[in-house]
Amino acid sequence: MAAKQVTPGVLASFEHIDVACDTIRALRAKGRKDITVFYSHPSHELEEACGHSVSPVRLFTLIGGLTGTIAAFAMQIWMNRNWPLLVGGKPTVAIPAFVVIGFELTVLIGAMCTLFGVFFLSTILRHKGVTYDGRFSDDRIGVFVPAGAEQAAALEKMFKDAGAVEVKRAA
Amino acid sequence: MAVIAQPPPTQTHADVTRDVVGTLSTATPGYYLMLFGAVGLFLVGVVTFTLVLRDGLGLAGYQPPIFWSVFITTFVFWVGIGHAGTLISAILFLFRSPWRTAVYRATEAMTVFAVMTAGLFPIIHIGRQWVFYWLLPYPNQRYLWPNFKSPLVWDVFAIGTYLTVSTLFLIFGLIPDVAAVRDKASGWRKQVYGAVSLNWQGTDNQWRHYSRAYLYMAALATPLVLSVHSVVSWDFASSLIPGWHGTIFAPYFVAGAIYSGVGMVLTLIIPLRRYLRLEHMISDYHFDNMAKLTLFTGTILFYAYGMEYFVAWYSGNTFEQTTFWRRAFGPQWWGGWTMIICNAFVSQLLWFRKIRTNLTSLFVISIFINIGMWFERYVIIVSSLSNDYVPYAWDVMTPTWADWGILAGSFGWFGMWFLLFAKNFPIVAIQEIKEFIPMPRKHAAHAGHH
Repeated sequence: MAAKQVTPGVLASFEHIDVACDTIRALRAKGRKDITVFYSHPSHELEEACGHSVSPVRLFTLIGGLTGTIAAFAMQIWMNRNWPLLVGGKPTVAIPAFVVIGFELTVLIGAMCTLFGVFFLSTILRHKGVTYDGRFSDDRIGVFVPAGAEQAAALEKMFKDAGAVEVKRAA
Repeated sequence: MAVIAQPPPTQTHADVTRDVVGTLSTATPGYYLMLFGAVGLFLVGVVTFTLVLRDGLGLAGYQPPIFWSVFITTFVFWVGIGHAGTLISAILFLFRSPWRTAVYRATEAMTVFAVMTAGLFPIIHIGRQWVFYWLLPYPNQRYLWPNFKSPLVWDVFAIGTYLTVSTLFLIFGLIPDVAAVRDKASGWRKQVYGAVSLNWQGTDNQWRHYSRAYLYMAALATPLVLSVHSVVSWDFASSLIPGWHGTIFAPYFVAGAIYSGVGMVLTLIIPLRRYLRLEHMISDYHFDNMAKLTLFTGTILFYAYGMEYFVAWYSGNTFEQTTFWRRAFGPQWWGGWTMIICNAFVSQLLWFRKIRTNLTSLFVISIFINIGMWFERYVIIVSSLSNDYVPYAWDVMTPTWADWGILAGSFGWFGMWFLLFAKNFPIVAIQEIKEFIPMPRKHAAHAGHH
């Protein structure tokens, strides 16, 4: 198996959320778009500092849900016409009776597509080869910035001055 | 009604990770004893089912006019249990209710295992289990399709969707927490948790999609709380059997489902909290809120029971009146009264704050709820079938050893999965608890930024 690709760069750990947010904003102000921020729980403050637009995962939910609705009605209408079964004097294509399965498949396929969307978007939009530390799932906030040897020293200094509790270089 | 304020967070983020990951450490003999007990009960069910498979449903007391009995009762019982989990994990998430965070993981796991248990029963009940796939629409050489106008086929889709969506919702919520466990583990456990966490690193890109998707998953799961038991209720309500053919059935069943589910949550969490030493995370505040939810749904049930009897009398329909008279004073009056006392009356004790915050009394009440809600379904199903329109065909059904064996097996199956889950995965949601604990700040002036 080939060794895992590691992107050279600088990884800083922060204990304080305000310091981390200020640092992220400062990096973005310098035009850096390749920053990776690690945190242990959903945080509006960090999300806002990272400045992302709303996730396109909602499109997956919408398309999945609509696919479910259409598939459910199409399936029931076609199958009832293919093998007409007279029940309780209802017409062959009895739309009100098909609403339940229409609803269920909307939810089912909508939910499955939503999750697929998360995995798909998280994979294609990720920055490859970033360095991770196990404490980021605990109580630290991590900021990784890809950098060559010539930029790394300046970034290390910036992180230390900002108040990072730990700064290390990945190569 | 008095309100217990949410206790201020006393733990740091590191404390939360340590305490929850700590629950996964080596199990005590008590845990193994409970696990063996559950597996033992499950084996009782397996052996009983094998005999039913060999000799047929007659062993379970199936005979005219009663062809739906304990298996369908138990199916509805377990499906209902699941509803509280989805209510707490999805609906209360959308309402941003803070008390859900400490208990929602356990309730969501309960949902998945309860629906897994429920799903077995229609298959046990159909008698010829090896052709259960006939329920699904698949191309076959007879050119037949299922009857999509039947609530029984709606139910296949409703339960299938509910099981799939609640399982995905549970796993999805677990991913960041499993990553936290991975980062604290070593050796082969690190490898296993690493694989289960799907390489979660908590990057800004992952959280960006994850948080949005979690909101949509909750929004999709929310109508399921109302729809699944409505569809189950239509299995009964869309027939013409006296005692079943009522428009009140869907809301009545949904309220009952949530009531029974919260009852089961209390039965599971009260001992679990002590055993896993999570007293500081799951406190009076959480129990008080769960008890109020129980009281609310129990009161809806009280109203529904009263309304059922009232409508039977007011309808002037002899068959309906006879059915309800026999529920209370017929040969199986004990079932009817167990249901009314355990559900309508016992829940009213929760008006008292002392009872709501006393864990012993809550635990005892939760057992009454479990018993009462099983009997509710037994009474609705069996008593209605036992006296149909033709008195000549009336009969009384008594559950047999095969019914009790498989019922016991279902508790074993459910308990086995729940215990295995509780010891191998974080039973309290680490990331959501942390969300409510402010992170340290260097400059106080920034506090309250959001």
